Amino acid sequence: MMEKSRRRFLKVAGIAAIGLGAAPAMNFAALDSHGSASAVKTKHPDVLVAKRWGMVIDTEKLNDKILKQITNACHIHHNVPDFNHEVDKEKFPKTRPVNHKQEIKWLWKEKFHYAFPDKEDEFLNEKFQNMSFPVLCNHCKNAPCVQACPTQATFSREDGIVLMDFHRCIGCRFCMAACPYGARSFNYRNPAPFIGKIDPDFPIRSKGVVEKCNLCAERLAKGEQPHCVEASEGAIVVGDLEDPASEIRKLLRENYSIRRKQSLGTEPSVYYIV
Amino acid sequence: MLEIAVKGNRNYWLWIIFLLIVIGIGKIAYLDQFFNGLMITGMSRDVSWGFYIANFTFLVGVAAGGVMVVIPYYLHDYEKFHRITILGEFLAVACLIMCLLFIIVDLGQPVRMLNVLLYPTPHSMLFYDMIVLNGYLFLNIVIGWKVLEAERNQVTPPAWTKPLIYLSIPFAIGIHTVTAYLYCGLPGRGFWLTAILAPRFLASAFAAGPAFLIILCYIIRRFTKFDPGWEAMQTLSKIACYAVIANLFFFLCEVFVVFYSGIPGHKSHIQYLLFGYHGYNALVPWMWSGFILMAVGAVFLLIPRLRSNYILLPVACAMIFIGAWIDKGLGMISGGFVPSPLHHVTEYAPTLQEIIITLGVYAAGFLVLTILYKLATTVKEEVNG
Repeated sequence: MMEKSRRRFLKVAGIAAIGLGAAPAMNFAALDSHGSASAVKTKHPDVLVAKRWGMVIDTEKLNDKILKQITNACHIHHNVPDFNHEVDKEKFPKTRPVNHKQEIKWLWKEKFHYAFPDKEDEFLNEKFQNMSFPVLCNHCKNAPCVQACPTQATFSREDGIVLMDFHRCIGCRFCMAACPYGARSFNYRNPAPFIGKIDPDFPIRSKGVVEKCNLCAERLAKGEQPHCVEASEGAIVVGDLEDPASEIRKLLRENYSIRRKQSLGTEPSVYYIV
Repeated sequence: MLEIAVKGNRNYWLWIIFLLIVIGIGKIAYLDQFFNGLMITGMSRDVSWGFYIANFTFLVGVAAGGVMVVIPYYLHDYEKFHRITILGEFLAVACLIMCLLFIIVDLGQPVRMLNVLLYPTPHSMLFYDMIVLNGYLFLNIVIGWKVLEAERNQVTPPAWTKPLIYLSIPFAIGIHTVTAYLYCGLPGRGFWLTAILAPRFLASAFAAGPAFLIILCYIIRRFTKFDPGWEAMQTLSKIACYAVIANLFFFLCEVFVVFYSGIPGHKSHIQYLLFGYHGYNALVPWMWSGFILMAVGAVFLLIPRLRSNYILLPVACAMIFIGAWIDKGLGMISGGFVPSPLHHVTEYAPTLQEIIITLGVYAAGFLVLTILYKLATTVKEEVNG
């Protein structure tokens, strides 16, 4: 018995030793063909960079048609589920009825007094009363969601974009309680049955994780403008807030702009020209 | 010592089997949630924490309440509490196990739970909550076990338990303070954004914990030969009384500040809870019942003749306990989310399945409590008999 278990131990140890030696050997073998077997990070040559990304929304240039366009562009390309989408019964049998209160949205429209509840005036300009404003993650400089997240699944990138790691998120929803802008959504269920056509350029999420606008970080990395900017017919501009020569700084210099709940000190990076 | 737990009469086993059945039903309900997601709950985009987190918060309080027997006995040598100290410590253990279970059933991705340890994040309050909750659980298991074992062997507990006992006192305060900090440090939630939240949590904890302990003393008297002592129960009732008065006072301070200052972002939540907001008023009858229960319970405990009435005392304690549960278990969490940061009103009510899972967690806690109390009372019977 004793003898047997020692032999087994030696056998396992031997296999383990071979395994330890395998990685360098594989790397060496791979050198000849297509480079190292370990991943290499390279930047796209056209990558768009900024010290701190920000967004300016010119509300004068918006209307309901454009708002619908930008919401659709954002949601379709990021595989955001639409609970009104008719479920393919063959692919997803036994899909339970939806609860619309559990919907997911990255960018949507709100009336003035909901988008800016602290700026609600008793006698507000009529134009504003009927207008809709696009709302989304503010990519705050002092993001309360980043502070709250217990696993750093939500984090601030050096260039100011607040990102999420969908694979690290444990679904505690502390970030949702922390966000003063209601920008975050939780996957109360598997979103797959409610995605019309999956965009292969962006991952789809599993149930049980939080998600939100990512300022199209995946597009900026390829030198492309965010989906909402492209669909906005010139109403939305993104750029470097720290660069005085940037287009968005020029817009902010020349126009009166407001931000959502800036009194909270979160320093939102999304400005609204009104 | 554990062998005591497998020797019991018919009633004991019927109760254990009943708890196991409730746990089993809760487990089935949870498995469905595990595979299909939290969609089975009444939670929503606007109200993203519900019944699980609310009960977690309440039970953290009951666990912390156990310190109300530890402080008088160990810091002030209040001999009358000698017999019930272990009951307070074991109650804390059972409550903390329920707390941890509530956190797990609330997670969207429970299998990734250990990410909290793999990526420790000191700027997140949950990190500290994890430390103090597990620390307090560990301390109470070790202390309770060692002290009881020593009592059984009729020796003094090992000297190293003393520093642990002293350490458990700040941990008790810590668990409920840090749990309050989860909420009161969030800039966009006017209802929780108040420095009095942690003191209020502690006050309601020191009311609910001792009140529940008194009820447990009645149950122990009824079903075992161990007598926790009438005087100890009377002292506990005074503690519960002043704590619930402090809790009500803190709430009145809150009400004064929000209504006199009139700042909408702070006022709207309490308006929703007490009077309804824009026609939404699901919690109004609950909140008023909760505060009336606590107030009447406090009066009962304040008047010596009523407090020392053997029939009335558990009734008053039940009122305080249920009132505190409504205050924290229903109002405290929902109240913070309604209205939403965008001032939309989405109401919340737990679904039946959510309630079944919650009952399953409670049954698991009561199973732990039953076994621990069985140990404690049997040892005490042995020693005294």
